[in-house]
Amino acid sequence: MGEVIVITSGKGGVGKTTTTANIGTGLSLEGKSTVLVDADIGLRNLDVVMGLENRIVYDLVDVVDGVCRLRQALIKDKRYSNLYLLPAAQTKDKNAVSPQQMQQLTAELAKEFDYVIVDCPAGIEQGFKNAIAGANKAIVVTTPEVSAVRDADRIIGLLEANGLKNPQLIINRLRIDMVKRGDMMNIDDMIDILAIELIGVVPDDEHIVVSTNRGEPAVSNDESIAGRAYRNVVKRILGEDVPFMDLDTEQGFITKLAKMFGFAKKR
Amino acid sequence: MDLFKMFNKSDNSKDIAKERLKLVLIHDRANVSPQFLEMIKGELLSVISDYMEIDESGLEIKLTRTKRDTDNTSVPALVANIPIKKMKDNGKF
Repeated sequence: MGEVIVITSGKGGVGKTTTTANIGTGLSLEGKSTVLVDADIGLRNLDVVMGLENRIVYDLVDVVDGVCRLRQALIKDKRYSNLYLLPAAQTKDKNAVSPQQMQQLTAELAKEFDYVIVDCPAGIEQGFKNAIAGANKAIVVTTPEVSAVRDADRIIGLLEANGLKNPQLIINRLRIDMVKRGDMMNIDDMIDILAIELIGVVPDDEHIVVSTNRGEPAVSNDESIAGRAYRNVVKRILGEDVPFMDLDTEQGFITKLAKMFGFAKKR
Repeated sequence: MDLFKMFNKSDNSKDIAKERLKLVLIHDRANVSPQFLEMIKGELLSVISDYMEIDESGLEIKLTRTKRDTDNTSVPALVANIPIKKMKDNGKF
């Protein structure tokens, strides 16, 4: 029986879909059979981020409605072994599916796959309820901004109220330069506020835009620092104890020296 | 160089962000509805008015943050401002 993990955030645009694509691809690179489920019905995007948009025949709503069998709607990603996508419907709305149906669907998938990764829509309404219905683990994505952290806090409360205890946190799009000059909340600030376990810190990285342009998840690109961060997240999901990246490596010698003598330059 | 600025710790915008977030999250988490505060207000009134006469129209209750005396960390606080008109006799011993 596989694990069903929902990737959620509350606020939109913080990187849920990118995170889903990278974690899923990363798990498949680690040899785990994985299926990605796009639960954002009406606003599907996981297909384009994965570069599989041209291969969609059936979608999640077709499966639920009995138009096709589950197997027929799964798109195999030929670049990786054992990686599949179940796309969302684009022309239906979120009420086309019920939480019970999602529960059945993910349970069915968990019989065949090691990991079922569900990409949750933004918001806390029906789409959110659907996405978390069948999950046995939740990962909350946030960025170091007040709006995203506030929504993350709300989502954490709702997850726990719905029986998804101990959600884990990914801090996305961290700008090391801004953290250093005190213009962005750092990792400790956010853990302090949200008080949940950290499973990954993903630095802001232009490679993400490029890889999304191409439809190739950054996790398979060794040159991408965000890709390396996602690979670490994947290892932590698999239970490995991976230390968090030292994001302070770019700090120059002069700055270190200045710090040593107690007059670090304040910008 | 601004020497004063160098030692002024909370000049950073991230500290402002963190403080503001903490405050907004107290309200979000507590889910304090106006009705909830009204309920507290009503019960406080009934207890206190046994001992003193108070100005009900001037009564004010709100949820806020305050610095703890011992270590200066901020903690949530329920602040009630209750103007007293006069003490009742049965309050004196």
